[in-house]
Amino acid sequence: MGGSYGSTLRYKSVERLKPVGKHSLIGASGEISDFQEIMRYLDDLILSDNMWDDGNSLGPKEVHNYLTRVMYNRRNKFNPLWNSLVLGGVKNGQKYLGTVSMIGVHYEDNHVATGFGNHLARPLLRDEWRENLTFEEGVILLEKCMRVLLYRDRSAVNKLQIAKITEEGVTISPPYSLKTFWNFSAFENPTHGAEGSW
Amino acid sequence: MFRNQYDTDVTTWSPAGRLFQVEYAMEAVKQGSAAIGLRSKSHVVLACVNKANSELSSHQKKIFKVDDHVGVAIAGLTADGRVLSRYMRNECINYFYTYESQLPVGRLVVQLADKAQVCTQRSWKRPYGVGLLVGGLDESGAHLYYNCPSGNYFEYQAFAIGSRSQAAKTYLERKFVSFMASSRENLIKDALFALRETLQGEKLTSSACTIAVVGVGEAFHILDQETVQALINEFEIAGEEAAAPDQAGVDEPSAADDQAAPVDQSAAPMDM
Repeated sequence: MGGSYGSTLRYKSVERLKPVGKHSLIGASGEISDFQEIMRYLDDLILSDNMWDDGNSLGPKEVHNYLTRVMYNRRNKFNPLWNSLVLGGVKNGQKYLGTVSMIGVHYEDNHVATGFGNHLARPLLRDEWRENLTFEEGVILLEKCMRVLLYRDRSAVNKLQIAKITEEGVTISPPYSLKTFWNFSAFENPTHGAEGSW
Repeated sequence: MFRNQYDTDVTTWSPAGRLFQVEYAMEAVKQGSAAIGLRSKSHVVLACVNKANSELSSHQKKIFKVDDHVGVAIAGLTADGRVLSRYMRNECINYFYTYESQLPVGRLVVQLADKAQVCTQRSWKRPYGVGLLVGGLDESGAHLYYNCPSGNYFEYQAFAIGSRSQAAKTYLERKFVSFMASSRENLIKDALFALRETLQGEKLTSSACTIAVVGVGEAFHILDQETVQALINEFEIAGEEAAAPDQAGVDEPSAADDQAAPVDQSAAPMDM
Protein backbone atom coordinates (compact mmCIF):
# COMPACT_ATOMS: atom_id res chain seq x y z
CA MET A 1 0.00 0.00 0.00
CA GLY A 2 2.97 2.32 -0.23
CA GLY A 3 3.47 5.13 -2.73
CA SER A 4 6.97 6.50 -3.15
CA TYR A 5 8.28 10.00 -3.65
CA GLY A 6 11.64 9.29 -5.20
CA SER A 7 13.33 6.94 -2.79
CA THR A 8 11.18 8.00 0.16
CA LEU A 9 8.02 6.13 0.98
CA ARG A 10 5.67 9.08 1.30
CA TYR A 11 2.08 7.89 0.88
CA LYS A 12 1.09 5.02 3.10
CA SER A 13 -2.48 4.27 2.05
CA VAL A 14 -2.31 4.03 -1.72
CA GLU A 15 -4.58 1.39 -3.20
CA ARG A 16 -2.52 -0.39 -5.78
CA LEU A 17 -5.02 -3.16 -6.49
CA LYS A 18 -8.03 -2.25 -8.62
CA PRO A 19 -10.78 -4.26 -10.28
CA VAL A 20 -11.12 -3.93 -14.05
CA GLY A 21 -14.52 -4.76 -15.48
CA LYS A 22 -16.26 -7.88 -14.25
CA HIS A 23 -13.50 -10.39 -14.75
CA SER A 24 -10.12 -8.84 -14.01
CA LEU A 25 -7.93 -7.25 -11.41
CA ILE A 26 -4.86 -5.09 -11.87
CA GLY A 27 -2.00 -4.55 -9.46
CA ALA A 28 0.56 -1.85 -10.07
CA SER A 29 3.94 -0.84 -8.82
CA GLY A 30 6.01 2.20 -9.73
CA GLU A 31 4.84 5.71 -10.53
CA ILE A 32 1.38 6.16 -9.03
CA SER A 33 0.35 9.03 -11.30
CA ASP A 34 1.04 6.82 -14.31
CA PHE A 35 -1.03 4.07 -12.71
CA GLN A 36 -3.88 6.53 -12.30
CA GLU A 37 -3.56 7.33 -16.00
CA ILE A 38 -3.64 3.64 -16.82
CA MET A 39 -6.79 3.28 -14.74
CA ARG A 40 -8.38 6.07 -16.81
CA TYR A 41 -7.49 4.21 -20.01
CA LEU A 42 -8.91 0.99 -18.58
CA ASP A 43 -12.08 2.64 -17.32
CA ASP A 44 -12.65 4.09 -20.80
CA LEU A 45 -11.94 0.70 -22.34
CA ILE A 46 -14.41 -1.10 -20.10
CA LEU A 47 -17.00 1.61 -20.66
CA SER A 48 -16.74 1.27 -24.43
CA ASP A 49 -16.94 -2.48 -24.06
CA ASN A 50 -20.11 -2.19 -22.00
CA MET A 51 -21.67 0.29 -24.43
CA TRP A 52 -21.86 -2.40 -27.10
CA ASP A 53 -24.45 -3.93 -24.80
CA ASP A 54 -24.10 -7.36 -26.34
CA GLY A 55 -23.28 -10.63 -24.66
CA ASN A 56 -19.54 -10.12 -25.08
CA SER A 57 -17.11 -8.70 -22.57
CA LEU A 58 -13.36 -8.19 -22.37
CA GLY A 59 -11.67 -10.84 -20.28
CA PRO A 60 -8.34 -10.71 -18.44
CA LYS A 61 -6.43 -11.95 -21.47
CA GLU A 62 -7.77 -9.13 -23.62
CA VAL A 63 -7.08 -6.51 -20.96
CA HIS A 64 -3.55 -7.82 -20.51
CA ASN A 65 -2.86 -7.58 -24.20
CA TYR A 66 -4.34 -4.12 -24.42
CA LEU A 67 -2.05 -2.98 -21.61
CA THR A 68 0.92 -4.59 -23.31
CA ARG A 69 0.20 -2.60 -26.45
CA VAL A 70 -0.11 0.63 -24.45
CA MET A 71 3.10 0.06 -22.48
CA TYR A 72 5.11 -0.99 -25.48
CA ASN A 73 3.94 1.88 -27.63
CA ARG A 74 4.85 4.40 -24.94
CA ARG A 75 8.26 2.77 -24.61
CA ASN A 76 8.80 3.15 -28.33
CA LYS A 77 8.05 6.85 -28.08
CA PHE A 78 10.64 7.14 -25.30
CA ASN A 79 7.91 8.29 -22.91
CA PRO A 80 7.09 5.22 -20.83
CA LEU A 81 4.43 4.77 -18.22
CA TRP A 82 6.74 4.00 -15.31
CA ASN A 83 4.89 0.99 -13.95
CA SER A 84 5.12 -2.75 -13.60
CA LEU A 85 1.69 -4.28 -13.78
CA VAL A 86 0.15 -7.54 -12.74
CA LEU A 87 -3.11 -8.57 -14.37
CA GLY A 88 -5.22 -11.47 -13.20
CA GLY A 89 -8.74 -12.70 -13.68
CA VAL A 90 -11.22 -15.47 -14.28
CA LYS A 91 -13.62 -15.71 -17.20
CA ASN A 92 -15.79 -18.63 -18.21
CA GLY A 93 -13.90 -20.81 -15.79
CA GLN A 94 -10.56 -19.95 -17.34
CA LYS A 95 -7.99 -18.50 -14.95
CA TYR A 96 -5.45 -15.98 -16.20
CA LEU A 97 -2.42 -14.31 -14.68
CA GLY A 98 0.02 -12.10 -16.53
CA THR A 99 2.40 -9.24 -16.11
CA VAL A 100 3.61 -6.26 -18.19
CA SER A 101 6.61 -4.11 -17.53
CA MET A 102 7.23 -0.48 -18.40
CA ILE A 103 9.10 -1.51 -21.51
CA GLY A 104 6.39 -3.83 -22.69
CA VAL A 105 7.85 -7.16 -21.65
CA HIS A 106 4.85 -9.37 -21.00
CA TYR A 107 4.18 -12.97 -20.08
CA GLU A 108 1.76 -15.25 -18.31
CA ASP A 109 2.61 -17.60 -15.51
CA ASN A 110 1.16 -19.31 -12.46
CA HIS A 111 2.82 -16.70 -10.29
CA VAL A 112 4.13 -13.26 -11.16
CA ALA A 113 5.70 -10.37 -9.28
CA THR A 114 7.00 -6.87 -9.78
CA GLY A 115 10.32 -5.35 -8.81
CA PHE A 116 12.06 -7.02 -5.89
CA GLY A 117 9.25 -9.52 -5.71
CA ASN A 118 10.86 -11.20 -8.73
CA HIS A 119 14.02 -11.79 -6.69
CA LEU A 120 12.60 -12.50 -3.26
CA ALA A 121 9.12 -13.89 -3.78
CA ARG A 122 9.27 -15.88 -7.04
CA PRO A 123 11.85 -18.39 -5.71
CA LEU A 124 9.52 -19.10 -2.80
CA LEU A 125 6.59 -19.42 -5.16
CA ARG A 126 8.49 -21.70 -7.49
CA ASP A 127 9.11 -24.06 -4.62
CA GLU A 128 5.77 -23.92 -2.91
CA TRP A 129 3.14 -23.16 -5.56
CA ARG A 130 0.85 -26.01 -6.55
CA GLU A 131 -2.05 -26.18 -8.98
CA ASN A 132 -4.55 -27.18 -6.30
CA LEU A 133 -3.81 -24.65 -3.58
CA THR A 134 -6.87 -23.60 -1.67
CA PHE A 135 -7.58 -19.92 -1.26
CA GLU A 136 -6.46 -20.02 2.38
CA GLU A 137 -3.22 -21.78 1.48
CA GLY A 138 -2.65 -19.22 -1.25
CA VAL A 139 -3.05 -16.38 1.20
CA ILE A 140 -0.58 -17.98 3.61
CA LEU A 141 1.93 -18.39 0.79
CA LEU A 142 1.51 -14.83 -0.39
CA GLU A 143 1.80 -13.47 3.13
CA LYS A 144 5.03 -15.41 3.51
CA CYS A 145 6.35 -13.68 0.38
CA MET A 146 5.14 -10.28 1.52
CA ARG A 147 6.77 -10.74 4.92
CA VAL A 148 10.15 -11.43 3.33
CA LEU A 149 9.75 -8.34 1.17
CA LEU A 150 8.75 -6.29 4.20
CA TYR A 151 11.80 -7.38 6.17
CA ARG A 152 14.19 -6.79 3.31
CA ASP A 153 12.93 -3.44 1.96
CA ARG A 154 14.32 -0.47 3.85
CA SER A 155 11.31 1.67 2.95
CA ALA A 156 8.35 -0.72 3.04
CA VAL A 157 5.30 -0.14 5.18
CA ASN A 158 3.55 -2.95 6.98
CA LYS A 159 0.18 -2.51 5.34
CA LEU A 160 -1.19 -4.64 2.58
CA GLN A 161 -4.28 -5.80 0.78
CA ILE A 162 -5.05 -9.19 -0.67
CA ALA A 163 -7.49 -9.59 -3.55
CA LYS A 164 -9.42 -12.59 -4.75
CA ILE A 165 -10.91 -13.07 -8.21
CA THR A 166 -13.33 -15.85 -8.98
CA GLU A 167 -16.04 -16.39 -11.57
CA GLU A 168 -18.37 -14.51 -9.26
CA GLY A 169 -16.22 -11.41 -9.20
CA VAL A 170 -13.49 -9.45 -7.47
CA THR A 171 -13.05 -8.86 -3.74
CA ILE A 172 -10.24 -6.78 -2.28
CA SER A 173 -9.57 -7.08 1.42
CA PRO A 174 -9.36 -4.02 3.62
CA PRO A 175 -5.79 -3.04 4.56
CA TYR A 176 -4.16 -5.11 7.27
CA SER A 177 -0.67 -5.73 8.60
CA LEU A 178 1.52 -8.79 8.98
CA LYS A 179 2.89 -10.04 12.23
CA THR A 180 6.60 -9.34 12.38
CA PHE A 181 9.37 -10.05 14.84
CA TRP A 182 12.20 -7.64 15.12
CA ASN A 183 13.88 -8.91 18.27
CA PHE A 184 16.36 -11.24 16.70
CA SER A 185 19.66 -10.77 18.46
CA ALA A 186 21.34 -10.17 15.13
CA PHE A 187 19.09 -7.15 14.61
CA GLU A 188 20.27 -5.57 17.87
CA ASN A 189 23.11 -3.19 17.24
CA PRO A 190 23.68 -4.53 13.73
CA THR A 191 26.76 -2.38 13.05
CA HIS A 192 28.59 -3.46 16.17
CA GLY A 193 32.07 -4.48 15.12
CA ALA A 194 31.60 -3.45 11.50
CA GLU A 195 34.48 -1.84 9.61
CA GLY A 196 34.60 1.86 10.37
CA SER A 197 31.93 1.73 13.13
CA TRP A 198 32.24 2.52 16.79
CA MET B 1 -40.20 0.81 -58.98
CA PHE B 2 -40.65 3.80 -61.21
CA ARG B 3 -38.52 6.86 -61.77
CA ASN B 4 -39.61 9.91 -59.81
CA GLN B 5 -38.32 13.33 -58.91
CA TYR B 6 -36.98 12.27 -55.49
CA ASP B 7 -34.63 9.53 -56.58
CA THR B 8 -31.62 11.46 -57.85
CA ASP B 9 -29.82 12.01 -54.55
CA VAL B 10 -29.33 9.70 -51.64
CA THR B 11 -29.84 12.72 -49.42
CA THR B 12 -33.32 13.49 -50.78
CA TRP B 13 -36.34 12.17 -48.94
CA SER B 14 -39.53 11.41 -50.80
CA PRO B 15 -42.78 12.81 -49.38
CA ALA B 16 -43.65 9.29 -48.29
CA GLY B 17 -40.49 9.17 -46.18
CA ARG B 18 -38.43 6.96 -48.46
CA LEU B 19 -34.85 7.20 -49.66
CA PHE B 20 -35.08 5.89 -53.18
CA GLN B 21 -31.36 5.62 -53.82
CA VAL B 22 -31.06 3.28 -50.86
CA GLU B 23 -33.97 1.21 -52.16
CA TYR B 24 -32.38 1.07 -55.60
CA ALA B 25 -29.17 -0.17 -53.96
CA MET B 26 -31.22 -2.95 -52.39
CA GLU B 27 -32.52 -3.79 -55.86
CA ALA B 28 -28.92 -4.40 -56.92
CA VAL B 29 -28.71 -7.06 -54.23
CA LYS B 30 -31.84 -8.74 -55.56
CA GLN B 31 -30.33 -8.89 -59.04
CA GLY B 32 -27.16 -10.66 -57.92
CA SER B 33 -26.90 -14.44 -57.95
CA ALA B 34 -28.21 -16.25 -54.94
CA ALA B 35 -26.42 -16.61 -51.61
CA ILE B 36 -27.75 -18.66 -48.70
CA GLY B 37 -26.80 -18.94 -45.08
CA LEU B 38 -28.00 -21.16 -42.26
CA ARG B 39 -26.82 -21.83 -38.76
CA SER B 40 -27.05 -24.29 -35.92
CA LYS B 41 -25.94 -23.81 -32.35
CA SER B 42 -22.33 -24.51 -33.27
CA HIS B 43 -21.96 -24.11 -37.04
CA VAL B 44 -22.77 -21.72 -39.86
CA VAL B 45 -22.95 -22.77 -43.50
CA LEU B 46 -22.79 -20.29 -46.38
CA ALA B 47 -23.63 -21.36 -49.89
CA CYS B 48 -23.87 -19.51 -53.17
CA VAL B 49 -24.52 -19.99 -56.84
CA ASN B 50 -21.61 -19.17 -59.08
CA LYS B 51 -22.56 -17.23 -62.15
CA ALA B 52 -20.05 -16.81 -64.92
CA ASN B 53 -20.35 -14.19 -67.66
CA SER B 54 -19.72 -16.73 -70.34
CA GLU B 55 -18.37 -20.24 -70.67
CA LEU B 56 -14.96 -18.78 -71.35
CA SER B 57 -14.67 -16.79 -68.14
CA SER B 58 -14.12 -17.81 -64.54
CA HIS B 59 -16.70 -17.53 -61.78
CA GLN B 60 -17.12 -14.53 -59.56
CA LYS B 61 -15.80 -15.08 -56.09
CA LYS B 62 -18.73 -14.55 -53.74
CA ILE B 63 -17.59 -16.08 -50.48
CA PHE B 64 -14.75 -14.50 -48.56
CA LYS B 65 -12.93 -15.67 -45.49
CA VAL B 66 -12.68 -12.73 -43.12
CA ASP B 67 -10.93 -14.49 -40.25
CA ASP B 68 -10.72 -17.96 -38.78
CA HIS B 69 -14.02 -17.42 -37.08
CA VAL B 70 -15.91 -15.28 -39.63
CA GLY B 71 -16.76 -15.50 -43.30
CA VAL B 72 -19.09 -13.65 -45.63
CA ALA B 73 -21.19 -14.46 -48.70
CA ILE B 74 -22.22 -11.56 -50.91
CA ALA B 75 -24.87 -10.79 -53.49
CA GLY B 76 -24.95 -7.69 -55.67
CA LEU B 77 -22.04 -5.55 -56.77
CA THR B 78 -19.18 -7.91 -56.08
CA ALA B 79 -16.66 -5.07 -56.27
CA ASP B 80 -18.39 -3.37 -53.34
CA GLY B 81 -18.43 -6.74 -51.60
CA ARG B 82 -14.68 -7.15 -52.02
CA VAL B 83 -14.03 -3.72 -50.55
CA LEU B 84 -16.23 -4.43 -47.54
CA SER B 85 -14.56 -7.82 -47.05
CA ARG B 86 -11.22 -6.07 -46.96
CA TYR B 87 -12.58 -3.69 -44.33
CA MET B 88 -13.85 -6.60 -42.25
CA ARG B 89 -10.54 -8.42 -42.49
CA ASN B 90 -8.75 -5.30 -41.37
CA GLU B 91 -11.02 -4.85 -38.39
CA CYS B 92 -10.51 -8.45 -37.32
CA ILE B 93 -6.75 -8.22 -37.63
CA ASN B 94 -6.56 -4.95 -35.70
CA TYR B 95 -8.73 -6.31 -32.92
CA PHE B 96 -6.58 -9.42 -32.65
CA TYR B 97 -3.42 -7.30 -32.55
CA THR B 98 -4.69 -5.29 -29.60
CA TYR B 99 -6.52 -7.96 -27.63
CA GLU B 100 -5.12 -11.28 -28.87
CA SER B 101 -8.66 -12.42 -29.05
CA GLN B 102 -11.13 -12.74 -31.90
CA LEU B 103 -13.44 -9.88 -32.76
CA PRO B 104 -16.95 -11.04 -31.81
CA VAL B 105 -18.97 -11.30 -35.01
CA GLY B 106 -21.83 -9.36 -33.40
CA ARG B 107 -19.57 -6.34 -33.09
CA LEU B 108 -18.15 -6.71 -36.59
CA VAL B 109 -21.60 -6.53 -38.16
CA VAL B 110 -22.48 -3.41 -36.19
CA GLN B 111 -19.32 -1.72 -37.45
CA LEU B 112 -20.18 -2.84 -40.97
CA ALA B 113 -23.74 -1.54 -40.65
CA ASP B 114 -22.54 1.82 -39.35
CA LYS B 115 -20.16 2.05 -42.29
CA ALA B 116 -23.02 1.40 -44.70
CA GLN B 117 -25.20 3.97 -42.96
CA VAL B 118 -22.66 6.71 -43.59
CA CYS B 119 -23.17 6.22 -47.32
CA THR B 120 -26.86 6.88 -46.93
CA GLN B 121 -26.31 10.28 -45.39
CA ARG B 122 -23.61 11.92 -47.51
CA SER B 123 -24.41 13.74 -50.72
CA TRP B 124 -21.05 12.83 -52.24
CA LYS B 125 -21.35 9.10 -51.59
CA ARG B 126 -23.55 6.29 -52.83
CA PRO B 127 -24.78 3.29 -50.85
CA TYR B 128 -22.87 0.02 -51.17
CA GLY B 129 -24.72 -2.11 -53.69
CA VAL B 130 -24.10 -5.40 -51.93
CA GLY B 131 -25.88 -7.54 -49.36
CA LEU B 132 -23.68 -9.54 -47.03
CA LEU B 133 -24.49 -12.75 -45.24
CA VAL B 134 -22.00 -12.79 -42.37
CA GLY B 135 -21.50 -16.11 -40.63
CA GLY B 136 -19.29 -16.36 -37.59
CA LEU B 137 -18.64 -17.36 -34.02
CA ASP B 138 -19.04 -15.42 -30.84
CA GLU B 139 -18.71 -16.26 -27.16
CA SER B 140 -22.35 -17.26 -27.30
CA GLY B 141 -22.04 -19.64 -30.24
CA ALA B 142 -22.63 -19.50 -33.99
CA HIS B 143 -24.42 -16.54 -35.60
CA LEU B 144 -25.68 -15.57 -39.03
CA TYR B 145 -26.33 -11.94 -39.89
CA TYR B 146 -27.56 -10.14 -42.97
CA ASN B 147 -26.13 -6.69 -43.67
CA CYS B 148 -28.14 -4.47 -45.98
CA PRO B 149 -27.08 -1.49 -48.13
CA SER B 150 -29.42 0.57 -45.98
CA GLY B 151 -27.20 0.10 -42.94
CA ASN B 152 -29.62 -2.28 -41.26
CA TYR B 153 -28.56 -5.65 -40.04
CA PHE B 154 -30.54 -8.57 -38.72
CA GLU B 155 -29.68 -11.87 -37.16
CA TYR B 156 -31.12 -14.93 -38.84
CA GLN B 157 -31.52 -18.62 -38.27
CA ALA B 158 -31.39 -18.98 -42.04
CA PHE B 159 -31.65 -16.57 -44.93
CA ALA B 160 -31.24 -16.25 -48.68
CA ILE B 161 -30.51 -13.22 -50.83
CA GLY B 162 -30.12 -12.54 -54.53
CA SER B 163 -32.10 -13.69 -57.54
CA ARG B 164 -34.65 -16.46 -57.01
CA SER B 165 -33.83 -16.40 -53.31
CA GLN B 166 -37.55 -16.61 -52.50
CA ALA B 167 -37.56 -20.26 -53.56
CA ALA B 168 -34.72 -20.96 -51.15
CA LYS B 169 -36.43 -18.97 -48.40
CA THR B 170 -39.58 -21.01 -48.83
CA TYR B 171 -37.57 -24.19 -48.37
CA LEU B 172 -35.75 -22.77 -45.36
CA GLU B 173 -38.97 -21.58 -43.76
CA ARG B 174 -40.24 -25.14 -43.82
CA LYS B 175 -37.19 -26.57 -42.13
CA PHE B 176 -35.56 -23.87 -40.00
CA VAL B 177 -37.01 -25.01 -36.69
CA SER B 178 -34.72 -28.03 -36.75
CA PHE B 179 -31.57 -26.10 -37.64
CA MET B 180 -30.49 -25.09 -34.15
CA ALA B 181 -29.99 -28.70 -33.13
CA SER B 182 -28.85 -29.83 -36.57
CA SER B 183 -25.59 -31.67 -37.12
CA ARG B 184 -22.93 -30.14 -39.31
CA GLU B 185 -23.61 -32.62 -42.10
CA ASN B 186 -27.36 -32.03 -42.13
CA LEU B 187 -26.81 -28.30 -42.14
CA ILE B 188 -24.64 -28.54 -45.26
CA LYS B 189 -27.22 -30.83 -46.81
CA ASP B 190 -29.99 -28.34 -46.16
CA ALA B 191 -27.84 -25.58 -47.67
CA LEU B 192 -27.43 -27.62 -50.83
CA PHE B 193 -31.15 -28.35 -51.01
CA ALA B 194 -31.95 -24.67 -50.56
CA LEU B 195 -29.41 -23.78 -53.23
CA ARG B 196 -30.99 -26.25 -55.62
CA GLU B 197 -34.33 -24.51 -55.19
CA THR B 198 -32.86 -21.31 -56.61
CA LEU B 199 -31.70 -23.10 -59.73
CA GLN B 200 -35.30 -23.74 -60.75
CA GLY B 201 -34.80 -27.14 -62.37
CA GLU B 202 -31.19 -26.73 -63.54
CA LYS B 203 -28.87 -29.47 -62.41
CA LEU B 204 -26.84 -28.67 -59.29
CA THR B 205 -23.18 -29.36 -59.86
CA SER B 206 -20.18 -28.51 -57.70
CA SER B 207 -18.77 -26.31 -60.46
CA ALA B 208 -21.76 -24.00 -60.19
CA CYS B 209 -21.78 -23.51 -56.45
CA THR B 210 -19.54 -22.73 -53.51
CA ILE B 211 -20.05 -23.94 -49.95
CA ALA B 212 -18.26 -22.68 -46.87
CA VAL B 213 -18.44 -23.80 -43.24
CA VAL B 214 -17.39 -22.36 -39.90
CA GLY B 215 -18.00 -23.91 -36.50
CA VAL B 216 -16.84 -24.40 -32.96
CA GLY B 217 -13.41 -25.96 -33.34
CA GLU B 218 -13.52 -25.55 -37.12
CA ALA B 219 -11.98 -22.55 -38.83
CA PHE B 220 -13.88 -20.88 -41.67
CA HIS B 221 -13.02 -22.58 -44.92
CA ILE B 222 -14.49 -23.16 -48.36
CA LEU B 223 -15.16 -26.79 -49.17
CA ASP B 224 -13.26 -28.02 -52.18
CA GLN B 225 -15.05 -29.08 -55.30
CA GLU B 226 -14.66 -32.85 -54.86
CA THR B 227 -16.13 -32.75 -51.37
CA VAL B 228 -19.08 -30.71 -52.60
CA GLN B 229 -19.67 -32.98 -55.60
CA ALA B 230 -19.60 -36.03 -53.35
CA LEU B 231 -22.19 -34.44 -51.06
CA ILE B 232 -24.39 -33.58 -54.04
CA ASN B 233 -24.19 -37.11 -55.38
CA GLU B 234 -24.99 -38.46 -51.96
CA PHE B 235 -28.22 -36.60 -51.61
CA GLU B 236 -29.25 -37.09 -55.22
CA ILE B 237 -28.83 -40.84 -54.81
CA ALA B 238 -30.77 -40.64 -51.58
CA GLY B 239 -33.53 -38.73 -53.32
CA GLU B 240 -35.60 -35.73 -52.19
CA GLU B 241 -35.66 -36.71 -48.51
CA ALA B 242 -32.52 -36.12 -46.53
CA ALA B 243 -31.25 -39.60 -45.68
CA ALA B 244 -28.70 -40.45 -42.99
CA PRO B 245 -25.23 -40.18 -44.52
CA ASP B 246 -23.39 -43.49 -44.53
CA GLN B 247 -20.07 -42.53 -46.03
CA ALA B 248 -17.70 -41.94 -43.19
CA GLY B 249 -14.80 -39.65 -43.91
CA VAL B 250 -16.54 -37.59 -46.54
CA ASP B 251 -17.77 -35.03 -44.07
CA GLU B 252 -14.67 -34.67 -41.93
CA PRO B 253 -14.15 -31.08 -40.80
CA SER B 254 -10.75 -30.79 -42.41
CA ALA B 255 -11.22 -29.74 -45.99
CA ALA B 256 -7.61 -30.61 -46.78
CA ASP B 257 -8.04 -34.35 -46.61
CA ASP B 258 -10.27 -35.40 -49.48
CA GLN B 259 -11.29 -39.00 -49.06
CA ALA B 260 -14.35 -39.12 -51.35
CA ALA B 261 -13.77 -40.57 -54.82
CA PRO B 262 -14.71 -37.91 -57.40
CA VAL B 263 -17.74 -39.17 -59.29
CA ASP B 264 -18.01 -38.35 -62.99
CA GLN B 265 -18.95 -34.73 -63.41
CA SER B 266 -21.13 -33.72 -66.29
CA ALA B 267 -19.67 -30.19 -66.34
CA ALA B 268 -15.95 -29.64 -66.64
CA PRO B 269 -14.69 -27.92 -63.50
CA MET B 270 -13.80 -24.35 -64.27
CA ASP B 271 -10.82 -22.46 -62.93
CA MET B 272 -11.74 -20.51 -59.80
